[in-house]
Amino acid sequence: MLALSILAQAPPATPQTATGHGPLIFTPVAPELILVGVALILLLYDALEPQRPHLALALATLAGIAGAAAYSVYLWFWVQRPDSPSSVLQGMVAADRFTVFFRLVILGAAFIATLLGYLYLERAGEVRGEYYPLLLFATAGMTLITAANDLIMVFLALEILSLSLYLMTGFSLRRLASAEASMKYFLLGAFSSAFFLYGIAFAYGATGTTNLPAIAHKLSGQVGPLALALGATGLLTVGFAFKVAAVPFHMWTPDAYQGAPTSVTAFMSAGTKVAAFAAFLRVFDVALSPLVWDWKPFVWALAAITMVVGGVLAIAQTNIKRMLAYSSIAHAGFILVGVTAASRQGIEASMFYLAAYAAMIVGAFGVVMLVSVRGERNLNFSSYAGLARRDPFLAAVLAVFMLSLAGIPPTAGFIAKVSVFEAAVQAGHWPLVLIGVLTSVIAAFYYIRVIVLMYMQEYLPGQEETEGLGREPVGRIAVAIPALLTLLFGVFPGVLFGLLKAASVIRF
Amino acid sequence: MRTPISYFLVVSVLLFTVGTVGVLIRKNALLIFMSVELQLNAVNLALVAFSRQLGNLTGQVLAFFSMVVAAAEVVVGLAIIVSLYRKRRSADVDDASLLRG
Repeated sequence: MLALSILAQAPPATPQTATGHGPLIFTPVAPELILVGVALILLLYDALEPQRPHLALALATLAGIAGAAAYSVYLWFWVQRPDSPSSVLQGMVAADRFTVFFRLVILGAAFIATLLGYLYLERAGEVRGEYYPLLLFATAGMTLITAANDLIMVFLALEILSLSLYLMTGFSLRRLASAEASMKYFLLGAFSSAFFLYGIAFAYGATGTTNLPAIAHKLSGQVGPLALALGATGLLTVGFAFKVAAVPFHMWTPDAYQGAPTSVTAFMSAGTKVAAFAAFLRVFDVALSPLVWDWKPFVWALAAITMVVGGVLAIAQTNIKRMLAYSSIAHAGFILVGVTAASRQGIEASMFYLAAYAAMIVGAFGVVMLVSVRGERNLNFSSYAGLARRDPFLAAVLAVFMLSLAGIPPTAGFIAKVSVFEAAVQAGHWPLVLIGVLTSVIAAFYYIRVIVLMYMQEYLPGQEETEGLGREPVGRIAVAIPALLTLLFGVFPGVLFGLLKAASVIRF
Repeated sequence: MRTPISYFLVVSVLLFTVGTVGVLIRKNALLIFMSVELQLNAVNLALVAFSRQLGNLTGQVLAFFSMVVAAAEVVVGLAIIVSLYRKRRSADVDDASLLRG
């Protein structure tokens, strides 16, 4: 608590530029400091105390996440103070509501994922203490990348979250699939990082700086060789496309999502996508805004292919985790539609979409985890036949998520789709909207299929294990919260859009 | 006389291409990983060359960061590859075919 009060009393800000030497203000990175601090303490505690209770680790993790979230709420008001700087630490970290909004979304997903993780480890009998520090490090990387105002920072935060997630993917030592998923994720992740870093090097070569607003400033003055800047744009696009799992850079996603422990899948499907898109929006709409007409066609094409391929490939799946993985690829396409609009409205729509997506995908994987009973079982669609009779609560919650993923009112998924399409039409991208609407229709098929299975098919006894089908209250709470949020944002989208009005302005 | 920056950039691009091709055609996980390291070294070369050309130190600092990250990646990557090798007695990525579809 002492550290917190010192942070809160950071000296009043003085005007600071990217190269100036103002006082070091740590307030805007305090949520990350809290997360990393708790992670380090847990790492030590786990190593020094072999008999540590599992519950204590989980509770400390939850407390750390809640603390970071509470501090983020404080930051929401702090950044609006007239004397607070727009960026701190030599222009490395941005202090604006854009980052606070994304931080809260990521921390929310991490909170739910911790609850799910606790239950997963208990049920699968794989209680090992590294899980929680890794989760906290990954969360810190995700929240830091939303605030990154410099390409160095974007890269470092991206690596912090990726390295933690590679390890979490391979967390189940007994399952070969987990190790295999981890290796594939790692090799392709490292490959994409190399492209991303090469993009940074080119951007630096073209402009002489890695600071995002400074890059925009240099590029708008057309100083320096433009070929390098275009190369940088291309390489950065490839790097981001890997991280957000856009087609044709999506190959790792289905394997990693299927092989990883389901609680980890829930966490990374929501967290990584939100974090990577936050950085995507900031880099492309701030640093590369002078080149908007050069990158727009590429992102346009990425969005179109991603929606179509993700949507079509999901149909053929028989494993529900794989189906949801392809669905998350398709959703990346829809969010890219909002990014392509490259307008205030587009940013706002993408942010809404990301918040809605995070809630519904965490919840959907959460229900899958509860239906799996122990570890990785009951993952085929046939296990969902007659679920409504065996467990009406889980069936109802999963139905909400499926309707939302399909984009059917009154859920958040519907509002999210409408808002990105509206932004795209305003920007004149109606063919993209047409593709989006058509793929939504295709996608509705496999989401509705799950609902039909649950509600209209008979349960054949003996097909799968059902004893203890997620009776623990922790699991119920962990899936009920996202379901309520999905409905809340669907029925009263104004609640979120009110916040977004203030949060969609990227200060620089 | 200073060597023109284009020389360094050509070497860097060649190295990066060799690395990329290596990742795409190699079958052994360790060799794929070494190809990724080659790509990262190509990036470092470009960064240092740009840094010298532009006369500011950001590029060199960034090269240090990239080395540290590469080292961290080695730690994590080798652990993952070795743990898979212990289970399967093979580091061939084509054998990793449990997850597909």
